[in-house]
Amino acid sequence: MKAIIIGCGRTGSSVAHHLHDAGWEVVVVDEDEEALSNLGTRWPGRFIVGHGLEINVLVESGIESAEAVVVSTDGDNTNIVIGLIAQRRFHVERVVVRVLDPARAGFFAERGLHTVCPTSIAIGALTEAALVSEMVSTEGASI
Amino acid sequence: MYVLIAGGGKVGANVTRSLLRQNHEVTIVEQRPDRFRVLEEEFDYRVQRGDATELHVLERAGIGRPPDLLLAVTGDDEDNIVICEIAQKRYFVPKVIARVNDPRNQTHFDMLGVAPTVCATSSIMALIEHEVPESDIIRLLQLREDGLEIVEVPIGNDSPSSGKRIEQLKVPGGTLLISVAREGRSEIATGSTKLAPGDRVLAVLQPGCEDELRRVLLKH
Repeated sequence: MKAIIIGCGRTGSSVAHHLHDAGWEVVVVDEDEEALSNLGTRWPGRFIVGHGLEINVLVESGIESAEAVVVSTDGDNTNIVIGLIAQRRFHVERVVVRVLDPARAGFFAERGLHTVCPTSIAIGALTEAALVSEMVSTEGASI
Repeated sequence: MYVLIAGGGKVGANVTRSLLRQNHEVTIVEQRPDRFRVLEEEFDYRVQRGDATELHVLERAGIGRPPDLLLAVTGDDEDNIVICEIAQKRYFVPKVIARVNDPRNQTHFDMLGVAPTVCATSSIMALIEHEVPESDIIRLLQLREDGLEIVEVPIGNDSPSSGKRIEQLKVPGGTLLISVAREGRSEIATGSTKLAPGDRVLAVLQPGCEDELRRVLLKH
């Protein structure tokens, strides 16, 4: 199984390692050469310097034969457009896109793009954690 | 009509100005605080501050009405694509026009059905090619007393003469192909000489034969 990771920040580099550990062939793309350092000193996979919007960069990464593409650059709209290209132009089966803005993540999810919204996840987790602590303290009071 | 403009740079501001002069209703959205203040001085309540790729900003700017026309003219191509997608698919804006900043991104606009688009670089390149054809006859020498001139013709990839032997070409009367230079070496042109892209053909011709020679060697 082959995956292309576009955007090698904290998120992208960690996803790359997880997939690699799971036995995937992983190619990482970032426009900044320095981003390679986020993968640590011993990254066994390929790393390509280039912008994920450039068709020749995507082709060079092997997107045409990839089962999955993960897009997590620091720009929501860049991620959305790259995701749409991977899906509609290269017909990649599984395209996952990070979108920080919940409204945009929701809209493009309705349009068939698999978006993951860290903001929504954080809102859910924080709210839940707050509610749990409220429950604990109410229970404590009743004892 | 009601026009929503995303991006208040030079393009957005000037289009706003022109449309207002024609008595259209315009709202312009600008994200950068400094630029917003400049625009607000001129256009007052018609300017909304915010990121035009955020739904609530677009809604505040009146995209829900919806506008008759939306212009996505920010300096960022991904933003322009996303704005048009949202406008067309979520708010059913009947007409959008998008600016392409980097001509290499044109293919993405086309694939995603964002049209029509305007790209300054591509327009300028088209004009350059029209005004200054890339491959054209170069006049090397005018033999005034003999009434002849010697010219060089660079053969391009799409020249109709490329891949043909000289005897297959209808070289006009009053013209003689002299030699063909290829990779630093020149050969006398004969009927069996085959032309290829990159070749530079030397020719001697009578005045007035240039257009015909250009047609045979360079233009379809």
